[in-house]
Amino acid sequence: MDNMKEGKRLLLGDEAVALAAIDSGISGVYAYPGTPSTEITEFIQKDPLARERGVHSRWCTNEKTAMEAALGMSYAGKRALVCMKHVGMNVCADPFVNSAVTGVNGGLIVLVADDPSMHSSQNEQDSRFYGSFAMIPVFEPSCQQEAYDMVGRAFELSEELKVPVLMRLVTRLSHSRAEVVPSGPREVLPLPVSDDRGWILLPAIARRQYLKLIDKQPAMLGLSEEIPYNSLTLTGKGGLGIIACGIAYNYVMEARPEVIGVLKLSCYPLPAGKIRALAAASDRILVIEDGQPFVEHEVKSILGADYPVEGRLTGALPRTGELTPDSVGKAVGKPTYRHFPDALNISARPPQLCPGCGHRDVYAALNEVIADYDNPRVFGDIGCYTLGALPPFRTLSSCVDMGASITMAKGAADAGVHPAIAVIGDSTFTHSGMTGLLDAVNSGADITVLISDNLTTAMTGGQDSAGTSKYEGICTGLGVDPVHVRVVVPLPAKIEEIKQIIREEIAYKGVSVIIARRECIQSLKRHNAGKK
Amino acid sequence: MKKDIILCGVGGQGILSIATVIGEAATAAGLHLKQAEVHGMSQRGGDVESDLRLSTEPVSSDLIAEGTADIILSMEPMEALRYLRYLSPGGAVITASEPLVNIPDYPDRVALLAEVKALPDVTICDISALAKESGNARGANMVLLGMAAKRLEIVSPAELREAVARVFAPKGEAVVAANQAAFDLGMDAAEKRRI
Repeated sequence: MDNMKEGKRLLLGDEAVALAAIDSGISGVYAYPGTPSTEITEFIQKDPLARERGVHSRWCTNEKTAMEAALGMSYAGKRALVCMKHVGMNVCADPFVNSAVTGVNGGLIVLVADDPSMHSSQNEQDSRFYGSFAMIPVFEPSCQQEAYDMVGRAFELSEELKVPVLMRLVTRLSHSRAEVVPSGPREVLPLPVSDDRGWILLPAIARRQYLKLIDKQPAMLGLSEEIPYNSLTLTGKGGLGIIACGIAYNYVMEARPEVIGVLKLSCYPLPAGKIRALAAASDRILVIEDGQPFVEHEVKSILGADYPVEGRLTGALPRTGELTPDSVGKAVGKPTYRHFPDALNISARPPQLCPGCGHRDVYAALNEVIADYDNPRVFGDIGCYTLGALPPFRTLSSCVDMGASITMAKGAADAGVHPAIAVIGDSTFTHSGMTGLLDAVNSGADITVLISDNLTTAMTGGQDSAGTSKYEGICTGLGVDPVHVRVVVPLPAKIEEIKQIIREEIAYKGVSVIIARRECIQSLKRHNAGKK
Repeated sequence: MKKDIILCGVGGQGILSIATVIGEAATAAGLHLKQAEVHGMSQRGGDVESDLRLSTEPVSSDLIAEGTADIILSMEPMEALRYLRYLSPGGAVITASEPLVNIPDYPDRVALLAEVKALPDVTICDISALAKESGNARGANMVLLGMAAKRLEIVSPAELREAVARVFAPKGEAVVAANQAAFDLGMDAAEKRRI
C-alpha cells in the first residue's frame, strides 16, 4: 500500500480545476451555476487562500456576462477563469468566439463541463466543436490529477500564445472524486493593462486580428504533437490501434485490451503526426470519445477515406450517451457480463418537486384555472419547476432553453394561442428572460408571465439569484403596466386567491406578470440550520 | 485488493454522507479511490447512485463495470434491485428494508421484499427503526454504514468508526457520538440479520 503523499487531497474533478486555478494565481472566477460545472465556483468562494487574496467569485447573471467580465480581467493583465455547463457556451458564444480574435492579455481559461447522457441537461452537445470553431487550444483531462496539472499549463499557454484556452470536462470527471496531489500556489503575477488596439474589433482591425489568429495555428499544432498529455504507446505492428480521448483513456486502461497501440488524446488541435504514426503501425483505428464523434470525423479526414476508422459513427460504440466501462469493453473486445437478471419488482423513480415546494402551489392553481379554457398552452423554462411537466401536474408544453418560456409564449400568442402563459424561475428570468419580456411589452403581446420566485437558484443547489428583491422594479421598468404586476404567496391556503389573480391577468389583453414568491424549502432549511 | 461498491438510494437520503465517511477512512488508510457522485436534478427525490471504488492499486475507471460490484449498499429496498446488473457473482447486497414510496406505481411490498431476500447474499434491516432506537432518527445512513462495516474488508470497522468521528467533528461531540451510536447498532444488527 502506498503511503499517503504529503498534501494529497480527495477532490471532485471540478474541485481539482478550482484549486489549480487558485494556485495559478487567478484574480477572478466568473460563472452562472449549471450542472455539472457549479462546484468549481463554489469551491473558490469557500477557499481560504482565494478569500485571503480577494479572488472575485460572485455569481454572474448569465454565461455571456461571465465571459465578458473574464475577458475584461484578462485585458487588465490578470488571470481569469470562466466556467459553465455546455449549453452555457451557446449563451456566451459571441464573446467566446471573438475572444480568440481579440486575443488575451492575462491568461484566460474557458472551462466547460459537458453532460453526455444528459443527466441534468437538454442536449449533449460537445464543446470541442466550439474550440475548433474558435481556433483555440482545447484541453480535455483524463483524470482529476491531470485536470489540476493542466490548468497551470493552460494559463501559461494562454499567455504565451495570447489566446484563451478551452478546457473541457464531462460529468463523470466533474462529479467524480479522486486523490490529487497539488503542486502548491504561485504568486499572483499580473501583466500590465493592455493598450493594444487589437481589442477594437472594427472590421479593418478584426481582419488583421483574424490573420494573427491564423498565424498562431502552427504553434498550436506543434504543441499538440509535443505535449505529454498526448502520448502514443506502440507495442507492435498490425492490428487494432486505439485513440482514447479524455476519460475514455481510463475505460481503455480498465479493459486492458490486446492492441498494438494507444494514443491517449487530451489536447487539441489534433496531433496529425501522432495519428499518422498510430495508423502506420495499425490495420485499423478505433476512436473512443465521450460526447459527439468529433475526433472520429477529423481522423477520417487526416487518414483519408480508405483507412478503416471505427467509433460512434460506425456502431462500434453507441451513437449517443456517455461512455461506460461496458460499452468501451465491448468495443475493444473485452466485454463485461451480467450475472443477475433484471429485477421484477422495480419502477422508475423520476425526480420530483420537493414536498412543500412553492412551485407545487403555482402548478396546482394554474391547472385549475386553465381547465376552464379550450386550448391553453403553458410554456416552461429551465429549473426545478421544469418538473411541472411530469405527473402529477403535467402543466407544461415546452422546455427549450433559458428564457424561452416568455418568448415562445409571445410567438404563440402572436399566432393566436390564448391563453399563452409562461412559467419561469427567478434566476432564469434574470439570466435570459428580461429581454424577451421587453419584446413582449413593445409588441403588446397578450401573454401572462408567471415568475415562480423562490429567492434562489434552486436546481443547482441554492446559489444567489441575481434579481432577488428587484423583480417588480425590473418588470415595471421594462414597461409592464404596474397594475398588471401582481405578487402572490404560493401556499396551499392561498390557492383560491392565486387562481383569481391568474384569471384576471389572463383576461387582461396585454403583458401581465404574476410573481409567486416564497423561499425554496431546501434553502430555507439551510438558512434555519445556519441560524441554530 | 479492491472493493467496488454501488451506493444507492433516493435523493435526500444521505448516501453522499456514507460515501464521504468511507472515502475519509480509505484516504486515511492510504488507499486509492474513485467516487462518482450524482449531483443535480436527480437529487430531487429521484433515484441516486454513487460508484465507490477502493483499491490498493491505482484505479482507472470512475465507473464500475457490469457484473463486478462487490457490494450494493442501499438506503431503500427497491433501489437495491435497480443495480443488480452490476453485482458480481459472489457480491453482497446490504439494504434498508423500509420502502420509500414517493411514486404512484411502487411495486407490491411483499413481492419486492421476497425478491430482495431471495438474492444469494443479503443483509436487510429496518434502519429507520434502528436509528430511532439509537436516539438519532436522522442517523439511518450511519446504521446502514455500520451494517456494511465488516464486509468492506479493505478498511476495518475501527477505521470506519474513526472516520465517522472525523467527518462529523465540525458539528460537535454530541453529533459524533450520535452517529457512532447509530453505526454501532448497524454493526450489531448485521450480525443477526444476514440471510
